[in-house]
Amino acid sequence: MSEYEAVIGIEMHAELSTKTKIYCGCKNEFGGEINTHCCPVCTGMPGTLPVLNEKVVEYAVKAGCALNCSIANLSKQDRKNYFYPDLPKAYQISQFDIPLCADGYVDIPLESGTKRIGITRIHIEEDAGKLLHDASDTDSLVDFNRCGVPLIEIVSEPDLRSSEEARVYLETLRSILQYIDVSDCKMQEGSIRCDVNVSIRPKGQKEFGVRSEMKNVNSFRGAIRGIEYEIARQTALLEAGGQVVQETRRWDDAKGESVSMRSKEEAQDYRYFPEPDLMPIRIEKETVEKIRQELPELPHVKRARYVSELGLPEYDAGILTEYRPTAEFFEAAVAAGASAKGASNWIMGDISRILKEKDILIDDVPFSPQQLAEMVQLIESGAISNSAGKKVLETLFESPKAPKQIVEELGLAQISDEGALQKMVQDVLEQNPQSIEDYKAGKDRAIKFMMGQVMKLSKGKANPQTVNALLKEELDKR
Amino acid sequence: MKITEKEVDYVARLARLHVQESQMQRLTQDMGNIIAFADKLGELDTEQVEPAAHSIVVENVLRADEVQPSYAREDIIANAPHKQAGCFSVPKIVE
Ligand SMILES: [Zn+2]
Repeated sequence: MSEYEAVIGIEMHAELSTKTKIYCGCKNEFGGEINTHCCPVCTGMPGTLPVLNEKVVEYAVKAGCALNCSIANLSKQDRKNYFYPDLPKAYQISQFDIPLCADGYVDIPLESGTKRIGITRIHIEEDAGKLLHDASDTDSLVDFNRCGVPLIEIVSEPDLRSSEEARVYLETLRSILQYIDVSDCKMQEGSIRCDVNVSIRPKGQKEFGVRSEMKNVNSFRGAIRGIEYEIARQTALLEAGGQVVQETRRWDDAKGESVSMRSKEEAQDYRYFPEPDLMPIRIEKETVEKIRQELPELPHVKRARYVSELGLPEYDAGILTEYRPTAEFFEAAVAAGASAKGASNWIMGDISRILKEKDILIDDVPFSPQQLAEMVQLIESGAISNSAGKKVLETLFESPKAPKQIVEELGLAQISDEGALQKMVQDVLEQNPQSIEDYKAGKDRAIKFMMGQVMKLSKGKANPQTVNALLKEELDKR
Repeated sequence: MKITEKEVDYVARLARLHVQESQMQRLTQDMGNIIAFADKLGELDTEQVEPAAHSIVVENVLRADEVQPSYAREDIIANAPHKQAGCFSVPKIVE
């Protein structure tokens, strides 16, 4: 039995976050009432003419620059012809032979190091409408709100070798698109969808195996599961002496399997031809340079900087930089005086836990990075304990105000006053003669017990380091 | 490229056109002539020429990303042969 290796290529469709659709002034907005973001242009009424949204070109070029593509000096749009009820014109305006961006790459962080994944091309196109199947037994209903929403399609080279690499690739792309502010990449709103090509070949073989294409996978999780399913299915086929057929398959996420849609024999012929209603797009070098200059610091660059400049572990840097608002919150807290490690620990720990519980994003945190910084400083200066910090944080989520004020209102200030603590230490020692003997007999647990008693006596406010030092000092005296 | 009835039939099917048997010969000939005419262009050396999708030289016809009012839903679906619940209605699509 030979060992197989997967060869995976991904076409990712991302909705651009422009204000309006690609060819008309209708709102590009998720969640509007059915068929209310529509006009004669985006519903394909005869006699209407499309006019390209300038932001769509700008956003696509931005994505091209961020993914190291060369940007076409002259580009055009083409008609892709097919019949489906969600496509009122019976063609989709897309780009065929001269996409806006081509020949790029993206470096993805894997455990084994960084791997470069080729980007074949990025082109612009319009989204189709949405079919509602459940409303009636005999009919499908069509909502055209999404019809004409601008998309970029990012096509990768077949450089991915496992579902794990595919996952990291998708997450890296999502993170970059969010950073450069061209797509919000909300999967649950269908703003990213993928077509995934999978084939397998015996390890060491140069030629690609026969591939299958999974269409319209609408979650990253679905894409990863679909890839794993395809690798297993194709491996089983080959091992049983069978052959993989080139075909399009549909990923059924509920059933956790892919099903054949149509085989290559009847493959679609889209009869692409230049779109006569739209003029060519010319992009001057200076325009591209300007867009390139204005790109924000990209996640992998930020990540490296957090490690080298702020001394954060690689792992922390990766998590903090994945989503731009998290990185911005973190940087603002550090700018306001929090230590990098302190801010990072709180954001990755308790804050992200509470966000998950509340099912909100860091964008919607009710307190400011400055307030987090103040809290971190209170802990680091010894004014409050770490566990008091957790209480402050919970309060910040409920009714954000100055952490100092919260500390006062809740009486969380840590007792570091040696005189007061000395008294408590002596009280505890007097009440626990047995523990003193245990300690003298070398039982480490005894001192922990006495620590606990002092903390209890102080209602958790004693500074543990001071108590520990005082206890040892007193015990050694006896 | 020689155009046969097979190609005409294939293109017609893609475009969902029903071609009568009696029209076949004429259509095949017409299409053959058109293709032959277009092939003539291939004899020219266009190595140094930018591709032209249009005969007039107008580029970058763009609009600003500004929201314009959409149509009322009733107006959008007014001429639909079948409609229900504010939607265009089509025969059930089964994937
Ligand atoms: Zn419209």
